[in-house]
Formats: sequence, C-alpha cells, structure tokens
Amino acid sequence: MRPFGYAAPATVDQAVGLLEAEGSEALAGGTDLLSLLKDDVERVDRLVALRGVPGLSGLELDGGMLRVGAMTTLQELRDHDGAIAALPALAVAIDGVASPQLRAMGTVGGDLLQRPRCWYYRRGFGLLALAADGRSMVADGDNRYHAIFPEGEARFVNPSSLAPLLVALGAEAVIHGPAGERRLPVEALYRAPQAAGERENTLAPGELLVGVEANVEGSRSAVYEVRQRRALDWPLMAAAVSLAGSGPRTERARIVLGHAGPVPHVATAAGDVLSGQELTPETVAAAADATVEGARPMSGNRYKVQLARTAVRRALARAAGMEF
Amino acid sequence: MADYSWPEAERRALIGSRPARLDGPVKSTGFAKYPSDQNPSGLLAAKILTCPHAHARIVGIDTSAAEALPGVRVVHVIQGEGSEIQWAGDEIAAVAAVTEEVARDAVRAIQVDYEVLSHFVTEENRDGATDARAAGERAEGDPDAAFATAHRTVERTLGMPQMAHMCLEPHGQVCSWDGDELEVHASTQAVSTLAGQFATELGIPASQVRIRTEYMGGGFGSKFSPDRWGIVGAELARKAGAPVKLFLERDQEVTVAGSRPSAFARIRAAADEQGRLVAWDSDSWGSGGLPGTGQTPLPYVFSRLPNRRLRHTSVPTNLAGSRAWRAPNHPQACFLTMAVLDDLADELGLDPIDFLERNLDLTGRADTYREQLAIAGEMASWKERWQPRGRTREGAVHRGLGVSVHTWGGRGHSSNCDVTVHPDGAVEARIGSQDIGTGTRTIVAQVLAETFGLELNQVRVSLGDNVYPQSGPSGGSSTVGGVTASTRRAAQDALREVLVHVAPRLEAEPEQLVAGGGRVFVDGDSARGMSWREAAAQIGGAPISVQGRNPGPGRLISSGVGGVQIAEVEVDIETGVVQVERMIAVQDCGLIINRRLAESQVYGGLIMGVGYALYEEWIPDPVSGRLLNADMEFYKLAGLVDVGSLEVHMMTGPGYDERGVIGLGEPPVISPGAAISNAVANAIGVRVPYLPLTPDRVLDALAGRGGPA
Repeated sequence: MRPFGYAAPATVDQAVGLLEAEGSEALAGGTDLLSLLKDDVERVDRLVALRGVPGLSGLELDGGMLRVGAMTTLQELRDHDGAIAALPALAVAIDGVASPQLRAMGTVGGDLLQRPRCWYYRRGFGLLALAADGRSMVADGDNRYHAIFPEGEARFVNPSSLAPLLVALGAEAVIHGPAGERRLPVEALYRAPQAAGERENTLAPGELLVGVEANVEGSRSAVYEVRQRRALDWPLMAAAVSLAGSGPRTERARIVLGHAGPVPHVATAAGDVLSGQELTPETVAAAADATVEGARPMSGNRYKVQLARTAVRRALARAAGMEF
Repeated sequence: MADYSWPEAERRALIGSRPARLDGPVKSTGFAKYPSDQNPSGLLAAKILTCPHAHARIVGIDTSAAEALPGVRVVHVIQGEGSEIQWAGDEIAAVAAVTEEVARDAVRAIQVDYEVLSHFVTEENRDGATDARAAGERAEGDPDAAFATAHRTVERTLGMPQMAHMCLEPHGQVCSWDGDELEVHASTQAVSTLAGQFATELGIPASQVRIRTEYMGGGFGSKFSPDRWGIVGAELARKAGAPVKLFLERDQEVTVAGSRPSAFARIRAAADEQGRLVAWDSDSWGSGGLPGTGQTPLPYVFSRLPNRRLRHTSVPTNLAGSRAWRAPNHPQACFLTMAVLDDLADELGLDPIDFLERNLDLTGRADTYREQLAIAGEMASWKERWQPRGRTREGAVHRGLGVSVHTWGGRGHSSNCDVTVHPDGAVEARIGSQDIGTGTRTIVAQVLAETFGLELNQVRVSLGDNVYPQSGPSGGSSTVGGVTASTRRAAQDALREVLVHVAPRLEAEPEQLVAGGGRVFVDGDSARGMSWREAAAQIGGAPISVQGRNPGPGRLISSGVGGVQIAEVEVDIETGVVQVERMIAVQDCGLIINRRLAESQVYGGLIMGVGYALYEEWIPDPVSGRLLNADMEFYKLAGLVDVGSLEVHMMTGPGYDERGVIGLGEPPVISPGAAISNAVANAIGVRVPYLPLTPDRVLDALAGRGGPA
C-alpha cells in the first residue's frame, strides 16, 4: 500500500483546511476508500479522518424536517424510529445496502459520495475507461451493469442507495468549505465527468459534505430496487418516487432512477405525466414509459430499460398503496 | 483369506447413523489451523506479479526498484524477457518480503515492458476464434433417415459459460526448509501425490518433501498439483533461508486457479409418436481457456439413444486453462441434454417425467431412475401441481417445475491405511488422504469405531500428511470408497489379531468372537466376554499395527449411481429475476457411512448448483481480455437466502446397502442447472438458452431474442 499521511482534525474548520490541500481525501466509514487504496485504484497524499470531528454525526426530526449529519451511520439512521415512521421508504433504501457490516460502518455522507462500482474503473482503467485510441472500453466491452442514460463518455452508474430517494424528496446537501456554508439540492452534488481526472461530484477543494436535510412530510414516497440476488448484491436498477398532493390527484411527482446513469437520473417528463392526475394503472404505465424516453442503452444493457420501467411502476404503486 | 465385509444392518452401531463431524467445533471456533493459518517463526510473505494483458510478449523486465525496497528479501523472475504470455493473470515474477504490504509494494515496483498482441476471449461466438480445432465427429445408426421420419423434432442452440471454482481458501502454501528437507503446508486435495511433483521441480528426492494438510478450505477439483506458485514459493523460501507463505490474492484465485470449461451446442433431437427418442444430432463447442476443451458426454444419461451424430470443436481462448470442476463435463452435458429433452416433451405435449419414463431403457439404470422419479415426483406433488408451460402465474410472477436426471461412477480410489491397536486399548488410524471438507476424518473414525465396537471418541484418526500411508486424492467422488475400504480391511485384520489373543481366555475360537458395545464376547453369548481394554491387554507389550489396502478383497465398494432432481422456481417476467423456491434431490449412493454428512454433500451440491444456474460466470472483457469480475462482488455466489428450500432423499437400506460404499461428491451438483432451466421454461413458456439465468437473458428470451448465435 502506498504511504500516505493521516490527519485527525478536531473541528469542521480544521477538516476543511486540511482538505484544501491537493491529494487530501476525506475518510468517513472507510468501507470503500480503503479498498480503493489497497487495490491501487486511487492514491492519496493524506486521509482526513472525520470520525473525531464533533457535530458531523447525529440526526433530528424537527417538524417535518429531517436533518442528518454526514457521519451518521446507515444503521443509526435505520434505527431511528421517528425517521423511519415519517419516511418508510428510507428503510427500503438503507436495507438495500445489503450487509449489516456495511450498514454499521458506512455513513450517510459516504453513501452519497461513494465512488462508482464500474468494473473498468475498479480495474484501473479510469472513470471514463477510454482506451489509448480514445474509444470507450465500456461501449466496446461488457456494459451489462452500466448506464442507460450515459452522459458523454461517462457511462458508469451512480451507486448511492440514498441519493435517488433524497433527490425525489428535494433534499438539500449542506456543505462547509473555505468560504463557509452553502446548500444545494442533492442532485447538484453530482456531475458527469468528461475528462480524465475529473471527479463525479461538484465539491470544490476543501469542501466537505456535513449533512443532508429533507422535508419528509406532505408527500408519499417509495423506493423500489430490482436486485438479482436477495443476498449481498447491488441493485440492477432502482427507482425512487415522491408524490405531493392531498386527495386522489397528484399535484407534483418526482421520479428518480438510481443505477441508471452517472448521476441520479431525474425523470422530469415522467413526473409531469402524473401532474394533476390520479394514479391508475394507465397513468402509472405512462409515467414509466416517459421515464425511459431518451434512454440510450448500450450493447449489453438494453434489459435495464425494461427494469427501469418496472421499478418506476412498482415504486409508484408502492407509494400509492396499490397492488402491482 | 479373511472375509472383508460391512456389518449386517442390525449389527451397525455407527455406520449409517448421523454423528456430527468430529472437527466441527474446532472449525467453527477458529481453532482449526488451515494451511493459510500457518505462521512459523521468521515467516516471509510472498506475492506474485501477474500479466495485465491477455496476450503479450515480454520485451523487458526490471526488478531493481523492487529489490531496493526495504524489507524485500527475494525477487524471483518467473517468466523473463522474450516470454510469450497467453492469458491475463499469468505469473511473471514473485517477491518475498517481511510483510504482505511490502511484498505488494515490491510487486508494483517491478517494471515490465510488454508488446501487446491480439487476443480472443469470447468463445460463445466461435466464428471469431482464430484457432478453433475440430475435435471429433462420430455417428451411429442413420440419423438423417431417423430425423426424416420422426414425429416431432426440436432444434436448439444452448450454452453455459466458463465459471470459477472460487475456493474460499485460495490456492497456496507455506514452505519451510530445514537444510535440504522441505515441509509444505499446502491447501491441496492430493497430499499423497504432491511430494513427488515438488521434488521433481526442485531437484531433490521426494523422500525429502513433507506435505501436510490437516484442514483445507475447498478445492472442488482445482487443487491437485503444486502449481507454479507452489514451486515458486519453495524457491523463494530456499533463496531467503526462511519460511515463505504464498497464497493467491482473490483476483488471482478467480482468474488462474480454477475454471470449469464452457459448453455450447446446436442440438437437434427427435421422437416418434409414442414419445420415444429416435435421433440426435449435436454440433458442440466450448473452451477451457488456452487448451480448449473436449466433448462432453452427449446425449447425457440417455446414451443408448439410436441414430446419433456428434461433432465437436475445441476453441482455445486467451484465458488460463480450466481445471476439473466437480463432476467434470457432466453439468454441461446434463444441461445441454435435459433442456433439449424437456423442449421435446413440450413439443410432444407430454409431461416431462412421463417423457423421461418412456425412454428409460435408453439409460444404463432404468429401474433406479424409475423409482427415483416416482419418489421425487411424490415429494414435489408433481402430478397435482405440474402444468404445461406458461400456465401458472400470479401477476408478474410465474411459477414452474423442472426435472433432470444424472449419473456418476464414484468408485473408491487407491488407499492405504495403518491401523494400530495399543495394549491399553487405544486405537488409531493413519491415512494419507486429506479431509477436503466433506468429513473424511469423521467417516474413517466411524469405520474404525464400528469395527472395534467402540464409541467415536475412543478412536483417533490422523490424516492429511504424506508420512502416513499413501491414500488417494479427493477427486471424482473416490475418497469415501477408498478410505473406508482400506480402513475397514486394516481394522478387521487388527481386530482378528486381538481376538486370537483373547480367544484362549474365553475358551473360544477367535472366529466365535465379536467386538461390540465396548466389549469383546462370544457371539450369541454376551456374558462370555471382557471389556475392550481388557481384551487389548491380551496382545502383550507391543501394539498391533496392520495396513489395509484398497482395492482389495471383499465387496466393500462399488460404483455407478443415479439421481433425480426437481426444481421449483418463481420468475418475475417484468424483471427477469429468477428465484429458486425449492430443490428436491433423490440420490442413490450405495451404503451410507454417515447420513448427516451424506445429506450435507447433497445440500452443498444443490447450493453450488443454484449458483451456476442463476449467478456464476466468468466475464472476460472482449476489449482488455481481462476478467471483469475477478472478485466476490460481481462474481456472484448464491447466498443462503437465494437457494430456497432444499429437500434431500437418500436411497438407502436393503437393495442399496449391498452395493457397498459409493462416492457422492459429484452427483448432486450435476442436475441443478438443467432442472432449474427446465423449471424456468415451464414457468415462462420459452427456453432461456443460456446459463446462468440472469435477468437480461430471461428478458431476452421473453422478448423472443435468442441467446448465443
């Protein structure tokens, strides 16, 4: 393992200061980053350990507002009865991280900012996996688990279990940086890199995700994940939906796919299909079809278009309490 | 000549019972020391540098940076400048260093310049192969005429890819030298034959090589030889003057240390109006990496099918050579055959069990299969629940039942066992064979204790060491027959010697005496006897030591078994996800020594079978030639929640026990792929032509898009 420095800041400001230096990387639960270092896929000059930083862990439910610190473990969130009662879909999303060990060590911030599972990236070919001649190894190779909504040469999928639900809820990410605090919608945390060396998130040097905030009242939400195995496995496709409105009609619907593109895929047109509509098998099917409009599957992942359609239909049905 | 036999059923105290495995407690508590747990003092860690290209020539290699790293003791070049490398993962150099971390750093510091050459890794489409080799064509009868007059014919192209053994304990060993004597703690399934192979490579006499394997973490057919990493580990230890531990990293284990050959075939099969098979024509191909692969036994089980033509093409790829995988060639042949027969039954409008029954005379064991099909059908409530394809659905979820039959040999291997009776009554056996994890230690102890009429905890078994008598490798379901026969012969002989000493004291002839319940007594007059301890004291001051052999006299073992399996599945037709709900296995294996361990073998076979039916496959990258899933993340193994309910029925008792002991390691893993594929076809109404039955393949089949070209 290549040598690296290790810093244990005592405050968020210290952490931010340390992270400003090039080659510094925040260490949360370490369930992924340490493997990436051991496998020599990523290299760092210094790890900035967040575990001892006060104020990054914990959660509160204040009215309908759920505030979760980035260092809160997935299991702590799962064990919070109030949060799960207010937002049952959270349980589905967390349980999707299908190992007790990962839930016990992994953090909310780590889940949101974990690196892609793309097997070309993990074998050292880079996030974009471009061959020497500039061709996409993903497009020419085996892309069964890759994006159906690629953006440029970014063909990996965002692996976060929580992001689709948080994006559907309109949650905000709270970020501390050299210039102080800023907030942005969770979907704005992500970007599709287009050149070698670019990252898949929008955090600037020195910026640290400190928590997320979501209004968990006033909408009905659901998550549906298609997974091949019941045992430890990544979903092949995930859909999160959030339906706002009182009475039978939906005033506003947000539909988001995970494992579909390099960023959580917000299906705006599909949400619009349901706007002002009652949920019926027909409107649900129309929304599912609209979700995959514009999908551009590759040689080996056409089936994921069908999975996306199914996941959206089932998430909507689940949110609406319908049979599917 | 003594009479070697198994005790009559009513006289068996331990054989056929269900004792727990003797080493269960030390294994489950972690006290059992596996080869990879050996940490002798002064131990160095070794790692191997592998080639990242599927086909390349080494233009230059520079190890100076690695040698200069603090903590590095030896850098050893395995394949130097000018070598042509034929698969990604092939070994280039190795390093021994003070820690694993330093060894890994040193491996990374070795500079190798490659001239990258073109590669081929996707044999599913054999047209792309540069080196496909015709590997045999043969015909019997008149297939063309038979097809021309047949009532129904089906034609299918089917296949299953290469997959990994994925041993939980990777391949490797700890090597220690004492002068020019080598001791190897190896994770091997061939303790008694390994020394000679090490010795030849290292230039020392085999008598100076000690091999020890007290426990080992899985082999499945992939651990019969020292392998290059074994020889390299010994060389590193010799050069370093210190013990060296070299176990493969997980990605290396998956990539180079064991795979099962792929099998593809375009098959035509035909039946007459009575549902009798009349013709077969198969054009098969497959790969076991660089060596290609031979023909699987088609048509499987129904080998007396008249009018058949077989062609086979061996397709070499730039992947590491395959190894024997539990029941070599059988799971592939079984899937290819049973899927086609199941489709033919559907074409004929017949219940597949009925169809198989109409053709059992084309198999070698019609009576066994008939009985087993009846039992399995009963267990599955087949008659009440089976429906023609695509009829059983609840919303998106379709249910289906599928059946398959299989066969295996399983004759006991060559084995020698020393049994010693001490004057204090202690009884021990020494035998070279290793316990691969199936319970060999326990069954040897059972045979020993049974023969001397003792409890299991009153006998001692030492195994897995080449200083013990030569006894065969754990392969081909041959161990149970070999070790129980040699142990029984030795134990019977040793007991007879004891009885000769005891007889005068009881005023009886030795032939009148029996051992049982911790005593030796006159058969039929148990009052005339003495305790085992007292009996043993009669032998005098020196222990009695006897060697038993297999093969040998007496009918202790035989071979040839049949089995039937039924799978029940649920298929979500909107996601293509297959869930196995239930597996039923009916298995014949002669005399069962340990009912619990025998059933455990079958459970293990079913679990492994669900794995290759639904999840497991090598995924080589057409672009880089490397395996994309050389890990335990995307190389998917079945978890316990994925295998459904497993129900095992062992054919045992009168009619089976007389056959003696027959091996069981391979048979139960043969049918699951076929049975599960047939159940999926029954559920969704179409054949998914390809294993594993992943969602993409299931959805493709439902959409009418085929599998392999």
